[in-house]
Formats: sequence, structure tokens, C-alpha cells
Amino acid sequence: MPQMTDERVRAGMNREEDLSLLHEVSMKTAGVSHLEMCIQCGTCGGSCPVAEDMDHTPRMLFAMLRAGIREEVLRSNTPWLCVSCYHCVVRCPQEVHIADVMYTLKGMAIHAKLYTDSTAPHFSQTFVGMVETFGRGYELGLATRHYLRHFPLRLPGMMPMGFGMITKGRMAIIPKKIKHIDQLTKILNRAKQLELTS
Amino acid sequence: MTERIGVYVCHCGTNIAGTVDVVDVANWAAEKLKHQGVVIAREYKFMCSSLGQELIEKDIKELGLTRVVVAACSPHLHEKTFRTAAKNAGLNPYLVELASIREQVSWVHSNKTIGTAKSKAVVSGAVSRVIENAALEEIKVPINPNTLVVGGGIAGIQSALEIANAGFHVYLVEREPSIGGHMSQFDKTFPTLDCSACILTPRMVEAGTHPNITLLTWSEVTNVAGYVGNFHVTIKKKARFVNEELCTGCGICQEKCPKKVIDDVYEAGLGYRKAVYTPFAQAVPNFPVMDKENCTYFIKGTCKACEKFCPTNAIDFTQQDQLINVDVGNIILATGYDLFDARRVSSYGYGRLPNVFTSIEFERLSNAAGPTSGNIVLRDGKTTPKSVGIIHCVGSRDKNFNNYCSVICCMQGLKFAHLVHERTGATVYNFYIDMRTAYKAYDEFYQRVLEEGTLFVRGKVAEVTKAARKESEKGKLIIQVEDTLAGKQRRIPVDMVILSSGLQPRADSKEVGKMFGISCSMDGWFTERHPKLDPVATMTEGVFIVGCAQGPKDIPSSVAQGAAAAARVLDKILQKEVMLEPIKASINKETCSGCRICNGLCPFNAIAYIEDDKISDINPALCQGCGTCVAACPAGAISGTGFSDAQIMAQIDGLLLRNLITA
Amino acid sequence: MNKYLLYPGCSMDSSAKAYMESLNSIVEPLDLHLEEIEDWNCCGATEYLGINLIPAYSLIARNLALATKQMNGTRTVVAPCSACYLNLAKADYYMQERPTLGAKVNEALAAGGLEYKAGTLDVRHLIDILVYDVGLEAIRSKVVRPLSGLKVVPYMGCMLPRPDYQHRWSDHEHPTELDDLLRALGADVIDYPLTTECCGGHMTQIGPESAFELIRRLISDASERSAHMMVTVCPMCQMNIDAYQNETNHFFGTNYHMPVLFFTQLMGLAFGKEPGKLGIGLELVSSRNALANLGIEVPVTQEPAAPRKKDEGLPMPRRWTKHEGRKEEMK
Repeated sequence: MPQMTDERVRAGMNREEDLSLLHEVSMKTAGVSHLEMCIQCGTCGGSCPVAEDMDHTPRMLFAMLRAGIREEVLRSNTPWLCVSCYHCVVRCPQEVHIADVMYTLKGMAIHAKLYTDSTAPHFSQTFVGMVETFGRGYELGLATRHYLRHFPLRLPGMMPMGFGMITKGRMAIIPKKIKHIDQLTKILNRAKQLELTS
Repeated sequence: MTERIGVYVCHCGTNIAGTVDVVDVANWAAEKLKHQGVVIAREYKFMCSSLGQELIEKDIKELGLTRVVVAACSPHLHEKTFRTAAKNAGLNPYLVELASIREQVSWVHSNKTIGTAKSKAVVSGAVSRVIENAALEEIKVPINPNTLVVGGGIAGIQSALEIANAGFHVYLVEREPSIGGHMSQFDKTFPTLDCSACILTPRMVEAGTHPNITLLTWSEVTNVAGYVGNFHVTIKKKARFVNEELCTGCGICQEKCPKKVIDDVYEAGLGYRKAVYTPFAQAVPNFPVMDKENCTYFIKGTCKACEKFCPTNAIDFTQQDQLINVDVGNIILATGYDLFDARRVSSYGYGRLPNVFTSIEFERLSNAAGPTSGNIVLRDGKTTPKSVGIIHCVGSRDKNFNNYCSVICCMQGLKFAHLVHERTGATVYNFYIDMRTAYKAYDEFYQRVLEEGTLFVRGKVAEVTKAARKESEKGKLIIQVEDTLAGKQRRIPVDMVILSSGLQPRADSKEVGKMFGISCSMDGWFTERHPKLDPVATMTEGVFIVGCAQGPKDIPSSVAQGAAAAARVLDKILQKEVMLEPIKASINKETCSGCRICNGLCPFNAIAYIEDDKISDINPALCQGCGTCVAACPAGAISGTGFSDAQIMAQIDGLLLRNLITA
Repeated sequence: MNKYLLYPGCSMDSSAKAYMESLNSIVEPLDLHLEEIEDWNCCGATEYLGINLIPAYSLIARNLALATKQMNGTRTVVAPCSACYLNLAKADYYMQERPTLGAKVNEALAAGGLEYKAGTLDVRHLIDILVYDVGLEAIRSKVVRPLSGLKVVPYMGCMLPRPDYQHRWSDHEHPTELDDLLRALGADVIDYPLTTECCGGHMTQIGPESAFELIRRLISDASERSAHMMVTVCPMCQMNIDAYQNETNHFFGTNYHMPVLFFTQLMGLAFGKEPGKLGIGLELVSSRNALANLGIEVPVTQEPAAPRKKDEGLPMPRRWTKHEGRKEEMK
């Protein structure tokens, strides 16, 4: 089989329709997704505050899910731009859990290593790493690691802000750790072996 | 005597046979229920067909059957068919029992083994029961030729006129001061754009002056008793404070009344009326009503301007609400709809953003007799909009509000687009999820509006906002939507937004349904007897539903239903009498203790206490066989024909297969 | 005494320190007792859910499980942060809606000797407690320095009123709770159409250009309406609009100066507390000038309603409130 390049994917070559995709996403989503109920009305795409920056509106992404276009769906930047504002969720006339579907797609994209821009997945992973280590968020550690990796050029412009945050005591220098981090680790290790499949 | 029972199992095409092994059920019945008297058990593709009926008739005659069990659909559908067949063959029709293995088995199960086993149990129950059935005779009662029509919108008016023109009397009851309903508020009607008033008012006048129609406006039905052919109805005629005998409808009282009130009903909150008023110029009847809540005299005890100026002394502040009793044979409910309250969709800003209007507000704005004399203007009362957005499906097709399609909104939106274009020359947008223009000449109207240059955007509008993001949006209402055909989010600044609000059941539809003994769907619309084949009748004999009371519909469909129900009523009237099911309760005089518990429980007031005998007695003409008293009687002195204890216990034994001989 | 279990969330002792300080100064006058959940952990914000579902929900549920151990006399958990509130409420709700999720999460919790039966707790946001439990009347009665003359835009943010699993808020899009509360403090509340629009959330970290646009929309509309400041109920909203305002201005070549304070800070001010005790000054976009408006004595004059003029136009429909619907239902 020829290599699946971006160009070939874009051209729709070698695209196999995978009609199990919709069901798979639905199963992996928290709550009852109602994804199969979508009537393509566009309330989500109309409501989204960041729709302009998305390569596909959520509505279009759901149509692609239904058509089983797996690679393009998982490569889409749409889930990564979702700000979880839930405007689409409360307005959706079919009660689709849109924001949660976006979380599912992110997880699937990371798993399949199909995201195109690594900024967002790395940020999430760095954040989660801090939480897993300390049990609490650690803004300074997160910010420095994240900015050094992805926005080194943004750092000088942000120095006054960072300085202000630290001097006003709004950013701790030393991370806080919960008492029973061992308990949390046990829980998360067990949880990582579990998957939502039914 | 041992009964000779025939069992007939229907395939109903694949409706039953798909989930039930009908051959197995028939064979099982023939073998296992033989000891109960089953002499023949057959299965057939369509038992209700004439061939199927002939099969049963032939067996009754040739095999001397004394009881018949048909395992098929619900008794609601074909009980009558098979009873008639039995009657034709000389068997008392009440010795036929239907075992529902479609609605209660094949349609609710998917596993054939389970379906077959349950069918056997249901058939077994029916066989045990039918042995206990008694031969009964139908009861004949005369039909009162008068008819009650509730609701004076176009559907009710149509029904009333059809019946009245056929020579029978109609009581037409209307809650508002005038008949005419929602249609009287409209300017134009789709798709032909006839002026609504021009086509409606002649009908209103005809109904108002018809010698066979008693018009009771500003009135409400408060109680209904009796049954088909013999309903006793109580109507509350609210005090008008205007003597209808003396009033000439000159209108001087309205002119002189100093109290101006926002008219929430007829003018949809956009215009004003007086405390004494007729809702509009062509109101029928044209006597005004006094709005007690707002009348200065009723509030402060002084004023009486209307009384002073009335040339015929028709004002009567002492008038009281009146209760009127009428007897009718049939009832038609044409109670209409409420408009969805668009304020509930807060993202569209109705009630918050001044230049967002509802469909009914727009009807009044565009109506020459409305508050702006037909000028389509913004809420400042003077500015003509240069761009207008019309939003479809407001509150409809939305699980957050109403889950159904309101039917009329697409065509209404097109009509509005045409009117805005014609009157203002503004740029018009229609925002829709799906265009639904399926009816005669409707799609042609869509094409006409396309041709006029209305812009269509396929997408459910996400929000209407006043928050401008750029200079060109300032001072405008911005409609934010995904243009789903372009796959892009768009922000479209307009001056005016019109919300095509959906239709919903009347707020009191559940109570009204209860009063007339009919049921409502989950959404609250009245339920018809059959969604396809009997759309105007209800499960209650003699009560019919027409127009939007049954579900959202446009004017042509409402009129068609109004006429259809009238035809059904005339059919009943012309038969002069009606056969009533002999399913009645009766009291055993020996065991009745005279405790009178049953007296108050009877919903039809059919039970009376007889002082001399110190026992209760049931009037069979009033009894509807509901069984309430049977269940309530502490002495077990009441039994219901067709539902005797023996029948029910036998059926239960049969269902549990206790009737089978175990070896 | 009104006891609640407090889930502070990570930002309350760092970026949103001002929120915590001001909250601490109003609990006593309002007779609130907030008992912190022992050894709570981070809720995962909006990050963990997109990485791995069961661990994400297990992380949240550990807090709920810990809270049940302190349920003595109350089952209400209060979260001052909208994101924490949503995560906690969501876990509780979805564990019920999707029982398999509930089972798996409990399987994970069991590894740490914990369990949580969904529906045991009632998860609520701080402002919900203040408006509906304490009540506007009680709050009004504590006001010694009315905020009249201070023009504020109430900024609810997105994660508080939506998705609203328990139907707590007056509306999903234009809720009035924060408006009502600020009005009770005497502030001049501006009708802010963007009150539940998003502040950008984590986009300030991963897609700053998208985030700057969202921030610009919020502060430009607030400035357009001549607001002295924005008032928020959420640490993330405060952080984004306050800390990234400078960068946003730089990005668009604008020079907005729109301070953002927490509603608890304004409550403290109205209750007569010292600004220094309320974390005022910790914001990067200074509120000094905005608060100077409070120093000026502006007598409140009740202007009589103007008589209705003939050409005033067409009347407006009454505004819809959910409570209206509730009243109808109750009938």
C-alpha cells in the first residue's frame, strides 16, 4: 500500500469509508452523545466563538464522522480549538453533547498521533503531567515549560506580565503537593487501564 | 353444555407473522385447548379480509361454533369487523373475543420465541374468557340533533356552517369577545395572498346571522355530562356588562372610555384597546365587552362614561356571569393553538432587543387595520427597515422546546419575505433548517419569493445580538449563523428580525381534554381515533376534533377538517339513533348494603340512591361501563356486563396457562 | 449557620488569590461556614478530559469521594471557580447518565480505597449559594457603602450557566443572577450582551491569536458601553482578561484599560471592608481609577418616569424569566 501522505489524504485517495467511526466516537464519549441524532442544522457552527479559525465547523465534522472519513476527522484542528464554552451544547436542538465529543476526538487523535499542530496536545499533556506529579496545578512550571517549547518568541513580550504575577503573589514559585499523592497515583494508574467501550 | 370454540390466528401480513410463529400458535391452540372446547384453530394471512371473515362465518354455520376467538390486532381496530361477521352467521356478536397479539405482542417484542409463547398465553386467556361471555343485545338511544362547536376560529366556523346549512342547530361557543380566531389577526394568507379578512369576514357574518346557529361568545364550557347522542353541557357566559338586547354596536362607549389598555390578545401587545371594547372593527358579534380588571368604574367606583354616553342604555354594570345548560348529540372541539412564547429562546433576544418581532406581531404590523396601518416599521414606530431577517423553526424542531415541526412556519416565512419586499424594498433573509413547502401551489410560492430576490441561508440561527464586532455592525442586530451550504459562519447585520414562532397546544388543553373525555398526545395535542383513517374522530363517541387542536396545520387543512367533522356529525344525526355497547354495570339488589360509596364516584352521574328500597340503582342509559363502581363496591354487589368477575378471573387463569391439563 | 463543603480549586491560592481573600472577608458577615475538602486535588481543568477519559473522571471523582467523608450536616459542595464547578457537576451527572462510566470510575477509585455514588452530593457555584441561599435581601442588608456611581458590566462567563445540568440558572445565555447581586450592592449595572461569551479559556496558552480576539470582543464591548470595570465570577475569566489584556492591546494596536474584579471583591467593598483585605491591587490592569468613582459622592436621585409620549413607538413585550415559567408550572 502506498504511503498515506497528507496530500493523498486531502485528495481523498485511498480513502476507505469507515462507518464504525460514528459509533466508536459515541461509545467513547462521556454521557449519552446523541451524535447519531444530528440534523446538520448548523447551530453549533453558528454559535462557535472560534469557528473562523477551525478548518471544519463542528457540524461539518459530524457529517464527516458519519461518512466515516477517519483520518481527516482526527487531523482536524476543530476539537483543539474548542474552548468548551457550551454555547453549542445548550442551543443544539438535538441535545448532542458536542463539547464532550470534542474531548473524545482529541483523545482519539492523540492516540492515533494524527493531530497536525502539537501545541495543544503538548499543553494538555504537560498540564496533566503536573497534576499527576503534584495533585495540583503548577502554573509557573507549566508556563515556562510550555512557552519555552512552543512560544519562545512570545516570552519577552510576556515578561512584564509574568513578573507582575509573581511579585503580586499570583504565581507560586514552588509547586504545592497534596498529602496523599500515592493514593491519587494508584487511582489514576488503575483508571488508565480502563476504557469506555459500552 | 360444552362450548364449541373456533380460534383464528391472523398473520397480518408480516406484522404479526414476523415476530410470532402463527402456525405454531394455531396448532398449539387446537391441541392444548381442545379440552376447553376448541374444535377448530386456523391461521390466515389477513383475517380481516372478506375471505378471512367468510372463513369464520362458514365455520360458525358448518361446525356449529358457539364461541369465537380471533387472535389479531387490538379490539380498537377490528372487533367490530369480527362481531359483524359473527352476527351475519347467526352468532351473538358478544360471543366473539379478540386476542391482541399485534399491539401487545408482535409490535413490542423482537424475539420470535418469546413472541410465540406470549401469543399462546394471550390466546389461552381469550379462550378461557370467551367461555364466560354472555350473549348481549345492543342498546338503541335516540340522537339529539343539536351540536356543540367549541372554538370560533376558521375550523369551528366551517363545522358550524356546514351543519347549520344542512338544517340542524349548532351552539358555537367562543372564549374571546368575537369569533374569527387567529385568522382574523392575519394580513395575507399563503400561497395566494388573499386578504385574510376578505375571505374570513363573510364566513363570520354568516355564522353570526345564521338562524340555526346560537352564537355564545365571551363564553366557556364548564362541564360536560352524558354520552354520544345525549350530552348535557354547561356553558359559562361571562358578564359582558353590555345588554345584548339593547346594544346596537354603535361604538360610542369605546370612543368615550378613558382607559387605554395594551391589547395583548388581538394586537399581540403592539396596540391598544379601551377597557370596553370590541377587538376589531368586523367583530362578530359587534357588541363590546367590558374588561373588569381594567375598567375605572370597577377599580375606583367612579367614571361610568360609557353608561352616560350610551344612546340605548345598554351598559349594565350589574350583569353577572350566567350558566347556560344545553343538550346536544355531538361535540366538535376546534379550540386552536397558542403561539410559542419566543422569549424562551433567549439567544434570539425577543423581549430584550426591541427590533426582534414575533410572527404574530409582524402580522399586526403588516395589517392595514393594525397599529401602524400596515406600515412595516421598527419598534420606534417610524423607521422603515432596510434589511430584515426571518428566522424559521423558533421553538419548533428543538428538543429544548417543542420537538415537532409546526408545519406553517416555512410558508409563513416566505409570506413575510414577500410582504417585506413588496412594502419596504428591504433586503430580506430567510434562515431555515429545511424548506418544507409540500402542498398544492406552495413550492411555486417558494420559487416566486426566490425570484423576488429574497436571500436564503440554510442554517439554524445561533443567536441575534446587539454586540457589534466591527463598524458596519454598529447599531444593527447581528444574526450569527452557520451557512451550512457554504460551511462558513456568517454574521449578518439587519435592522429587523422576525421570529417564525411555532404553534403549541393551548395551555389548558389537558384540562379541556379531560372535561370532554378525550386524551392528549405527549406534546399536548388532542389525539385522533386513527392518525390516518380517522383524523377527526376521537376515542370518545360523539366528540370530534378539528383544526390546530389536533396538531399544527394551515388554513386549508383546518377548513377541510372542519368540514369533515361536520359530515361525520350529520351522518350521526341522520341515523336518528345510535347503538350503544351493552357494556353496563348493574347492582345486585340482594347484596347492596346501601352504603352509597358508588354514588359519588360515578363520573357520569348514573347512580342514584333509592330511598324507599335503601339501595342504589344504576341508570343504564347514563352508565358508560367504566367499571369504577364495580371496583369500589365493598359488598361486591356491582358487576359489569362484558367484564364480569368470572370473565376476568377466567382470563387470568388462561393467561397463566392454569387451564391446561397437566398430565 | 450555613455549612458548605468548599472545593477551592488550584487558582484560589495563586492567580485568583484576590478571590480567596475577598471571599474570606465576606463569609463572616453573611454567616457562611465553608469547610475545605481535605486533601482535594486539581479537577483537571479543560485539559485532562481530552487526554484520557476514565482517568480524567477519576481525578474529579476523587474530590467528590473525599467530600462525602465530610458530609456531616450538609451535602452541598461549593466551588468558586466555574471550571471546577462544571467539572465536578459534570462528573456527578454523567456518572448517572452513563452508568458504565460510573462503574469504571468507581473501579479506579477503589484502587485508592475510595468510592463515590453519583447523586450523593449537590455541586453548586459560590454565586448560586449567595443569590439563592443567602438571598439578595440579606446581602443588601449588609451594604454600608453602596457602589452607586460605579458602572459595571456583569461578566458571568460561559462554564457557569452552561450546560446547567441541574437547571439552576435563570437562563443559559443571559442569566440575571450576577446583575441582581451587583444591583443589590448599589452598582450601576450595564446590560452586557456578551455576559456569557467565552474569555478564550486555555486558548491563551495554545492559540493566542484566537484568544486575543475573544478577549478583544469582551473588553471592546464593555468599553463601548462606558463600563468602569468588568466583574467576574471565575478565576480563568479574570486571569485571561486581566493578565492578557496588555498582549491583546499589543496584538490589535489598541489601548483598552478595562479592570476585572471578582464579585466578592465588590461585595467586600460594599460591606465596608478595606480594599487591602480584599485583594484589590493584585489585578494587573489597575482598578484604582475605576474605584475612584466610589469616592465621589453622587447623590442618588429618583427621576420620575416620563409620561408616555404619543410617538414613543410600539410597546415592548415583557422580558421572559425562567421563574415566570416556574410560577406557571406551580399553578
